[in-house]
Amino acid sequence: MLEHYLGLFIKSAFIENMALAFFLGMCSFMAVSRRVETAIGLGAAVIFVLVLAVAVSNLIYNYLLREGALGWVHPSLASIDLGFLSFLAYIGSIAALVQLVEMFVDKYAPRLYSALGIFLPLIAVNCAILGAALFMEQRDYNFGDSLVFAIGSGIGWALAIIGMASIREKMRYSNVPPGLRGLGMAFILTGLMALGFLAFSGIQL
Amino acid sequence: MTSTMLGKKERQALIDPLFNNNPIALQVLGICSALAVTTKLDKAIVMAISLTLVTGFSSLSISLIRNLVPTNVRIIIQLTIIASLVIIADQILKAFVPTISKQLSVYVGLIITNCIVMGRAEAYALQNPPFLSFLDGIGNGLGYSMILIVVGVIRELFGSGKILGYTILKPVTEGGWYQPNGLLIMAPGALFIIAILIWLLRTWKPEQQEKE
Repeated sequence: MLEHYLGLFIKSAFIENMALAFFLGMCSFMAVSRRVETAIGLGAAVIFVLVLAVAVSNLIYNYLLREGALGWVHPSLASIDLGFLSFLAYIGSIAALVQLVEMFVDKYAPRLYSALGIFLPLIAVNCAILGAALFMEQRDYNFGDSLVFAIGSGIGWALAIIGMASIREKMRYSNVPPGLRGLGMAFILTGLMALGFLAFSGIQL
Repeated sequence: MTSTMLGKKERQALIDPLFNNNPIALQVLGICSALAVTTKLDKAIVMAISLTLVTGFSSLSISLIRNLVPTNVRIIIQLTIIASLVIIADQILKAFVPTISKQLSVYVGLIITNCIVMGRAEAYALQNPPFLSFLDGIGNGLGYSMILIVVGVIRELFGSGKILGYTILKPVTEGGWYQPNGLLIMAPGALFIIAILIWLLRTWKPEQQEKE
């Protein structure tokens, strides 16, 4: 059992890294990776929201949306399939969670709030979070699996953005061609990091 | 049609996002799917059309209700509108192009979180009248489509020697001469191609360069 969870964790954090293998959450990945401090803040926020969101989505999917899920309310409802509503249900719960986190950060960590700026509301549209919820549905994870999967992919994403920010802080001292400065170089760096992470795909679990 | 029917402002809203203010190259929005769905050109085209229409109509509807929605619940309202439009797009794709819809897997659903749609709603549709917002949405969708299709052509042509499934460069494995470049099909290839496109665009338009 433990082995299964450990395998799932390593797979979601490294082999199928959200940012570097599936390109999820790229927008904020590129834009908020200029400084390590903000990257850590955003990474932590993403882990937190991701775990909550995937857990909530898993419950919603298994007890409200999937075919036959409503059977626990009344046996006559067991034939209903609300699967097509999943996008709306997931994004709704994610947006609500993000607004909670936003209010919390605004109150208790105003410096972080001003640093994250426009990107805090954009966590709601961070593809990594909705993507994780959709992968959870597609791969049919149970509650335990989806919690481990969410923690793994959250940590994997945070690791990727923190590593990226550390490299970009060093890039300030190098002489990059003018057209590549900033965004262009960020793409090349991410590509190189993704190449590095491809090495994990050889691991047999 | 564009030059006679539309005024200067409308034309600007439609054309500006193509080169001068490209959502992917300059605003860093919506790259998630730009990278993931471009391994084959047909996927890229279907994705581009869906995203352009969703952005246009979401900007239109959000602009229509912009004076009625209180600021602190606006995100949830916007997401609901966008999610409903994406559900429609997803059902249409499932019904008419089921194979491509299956290949796109979670990325159709991820149009909801595509930062272009949300970004245009926040940055433009909340302050501008409906028709202008609609054009701005379509314009940004086209800016996105342009990059997506260019990347899709490069990746499919040089990665597997085909375009839209037709063999252009005959690969060695099928008795031809072309050695397919496997890197382009994999994740890092897409990142390098976008970096090169941005480099070209910014060398052509130096005012877009960043001082870092």
